[in-house]
Amino acid sequence: MIARRALAIAGGVVLLALLAWAVNAGLERLAGVEPAAAPRAAEPAAPPPGVPRITATLFYGSADGQALVPVRREVALAEGVVPQGREILAVQLQGAPEPHVPVIPPGTSLRAFYVTDRGDAFVDLSSEISAQHPGGSSTELLTVYAVVNAVLANLPTVRRVQILVEGREADTLAGHVDIRRPLERDMSLVRESP
Amino acid sequence: MMGAVRGTASFASISLVLLLMALLHAQGTAPAAPLTLVSRDGRRPLATTIVNGQELVALEDLAALFLFDVREDTLAGGLTVVYRGQSIVMSPGQPMALVRGRVVPLPAAPVRSGARWLVPLDFISRALAPIHDTRIELRRESRLLLVGDIRVPRVTARIDAPGPPTRATIEVAPAAPVTITTEAGRLIARIDADGLDLSGPIEGAGLIEGIRAGEQPRTVAVLLTARAGAAMAVAGETGGVTRITVEVTAPAADAAAPAPPREPAPPPPAPATRPPLQTIVLDPGHGGDDAGVRGARGTAEKDVTLAVARRVRTLIETRLGVRVILTRGDDRAVGLDERAAIANNSKADLFLSLHANAAPSADLAGAEVFHLRLDREGEDARRAAESEAVALPVLGGATRTIDVMRWDLAQVRHVDASAALAAVLDEQLRAQVPMGSQALRQAPLRVLTSVNMPAALVEMGYLTNEDQERQLGSEAFQSSLAQGIYNAVLRFRLYLEEHRVS
Repeated sequence: MIARRALAIAGGVVLLALLAWAVNAGLERLAGVEPAAAPRAAEPAAPPPGVPRITATLFYGSADGQALVPVRREVALAEGVVPQGREILAVQLQGAPEPHVPVIPPGTSLRAFYVTDRGDAFVDLSSEISAQHPGGSSTELLTVYAVVNAVLANLPTVRRVQILVEGREADTLAGHVDIRRPLERDMSLVRESP
Repeated sequence: MMGAVRGTASFASISLVLLLMALLHAQGTAPAAPLTLVSRDGRRPLATTIVNGQELVALEDLAALFLFDVREDTLAGGLTVVYRGQSIVMSPGQPMALVRGRVVPLPAAPVRSGARWLVPLDFISRALAPIHDTRIELRRESRLLLVGDIRVPRVTARIDAPGPPTRATIEVAPAAPVTITTEAGRLIARIDADGLDLSGPIEGAGLIEGIRAGEQPRTVAVLLTARAGAAMAVAGETGGVTRITVEVTAPAADAAAPAPPREPAPPPPAPATRPPLQTIVLDPGHGGDDAGVRGARGTAEKDVTLAVARRVRTLIETRLGVRVILTRGDDRAVGLDERAAIANNSKADLFLSLHANAAPSADLAGAEVFHLRLDREGEDARRAAESEAVALPVLGGATRTIDVMRWDLAQVRHVDASAALAAVLDEQLRAQVPMGSQALRQAPLRVLTSVNMPAALVEMGYLTNEDQERQLGSEAFQSSLAQGIYNAVLRFRLYLEEHRVS
């Protein structure tokens, strides 16, 4: 008796879930919204074939976790500094290609990117960059300068980069590196070998 | 006007080039000072010749020294060096050599001089050294050719401050054991090595007359002037370099020594009004909701930093009698500005932030010491602080100079002392705990920017490494860390005494 009731409840729940999914998918299709892409952690982020692309220098953690390593990767071509910066950062924020290790917390997304007339770029990142950060001065330096160097290495008109978190200026990401002001490129953390 | 200036400049550079060309041409073929070959068997000269500005050495001399055969292909004009089945091929007129089949560029082609072949000096380091069984190292600037497994450290000396006290530093790289003895009027450093690669003699200053090679082999002599009092030297090793710090003081007992009655003595140096190290602020990183780094076994950074800070406080308070303030004495959240404010308000002489590190790879281990790196804005503020003191009128008609300094960049005036603090921390921790491969680092760290005193941040080890997590949680390791930090504070007090602002 009890088993049959449980079965009935479970069936109901499944039915409801299916219905909800169908309605949701249908609405999205109606509204013309692309279904959100599932987060792809370590998948190589080559743009789809046919899209014009550039080769950008991105920065990932070395296998031993000690330094940043420049990696040439393909990024979709975009017209103008700001759209191109967005494309570059979108790839930079994804997982690291083997054998490199990620230095940016997974789930971090780009909220906005803009450049002032003085050549200061602002990279506005989602809260994960700070809330999911493992901490430690060394990792925090790698995180900050992976973002800063990725912008400065590929966009020659940008002079300095300031990181914002959820649209606001932040003191630090995890209590160590001062990000209150725009930062210049730091190649002392970079080495060539993986 | 601009055109005239540019014209003069280009005229000057053209004349310079012409002068250089004339000099090179005048050299033509000339004997050069011989190289010194240093091996286990001793030293001997190796003659070289300068042809068209290139320094060349006779191939047959090298063949006798390094036991290789030279074969000349008279038909094709090729020149082959054979050493134990390996070969180097050269052709006259070609500034290159084929070493084990790979092309190696040379600054000049081999030249025939009578019956002899001459090759550029770089032939030794670029072509011969890679195929030879024996280690061969050419040091051009000191004109040494080192052969075999011998230790010939480079020795450089400099005067740091004329004083008194006069301070000098002698560096031995790579590091080698050093024994120091004092003789009348000089201080001798005997370096345990097969030979020394000494830079030229150093002109003295203050109470040091000069620093040069000693009369005995493998010694360096620091010559003192007649006015010198006591001379002391301490050797220590950091980062693979042995550093000998020399300090020569003026005779302390000028007055006590039996001296003929004379005019009233000049006023003694200003008495020490205040010991240079009275208050230390220790800053245990993180706390409260902010646990900092968490290790795989659950060790929280905030607990490790507090435990070590307490141990350091006990050591310093009981042994040095110096006041120690903690920015947090228990497990609670304290903002970064609040930590700096605690240090600034207590007029501390030293600020030390304690942290535990994380890496994106579990392999990384070792302690690291950070001091502040200024960005361009910080550098500007530093220059401004050095040049701009503002005189403000005060009550009674006088003026008082105050420094113009942005409060949030207070650290800029202490960057040199902070670098010294970080260096002694690196040196003293190294004797106690494992250090990272690049242990002494500079970074724009937020907590250091606003403290108005010498400051450093120690990342005591990596909680992301399994062994280090275990170590950082253990009492034995924590007390080794505390001991290293205590020793560094002792050293830094000496530094402050030496660099006291009068």
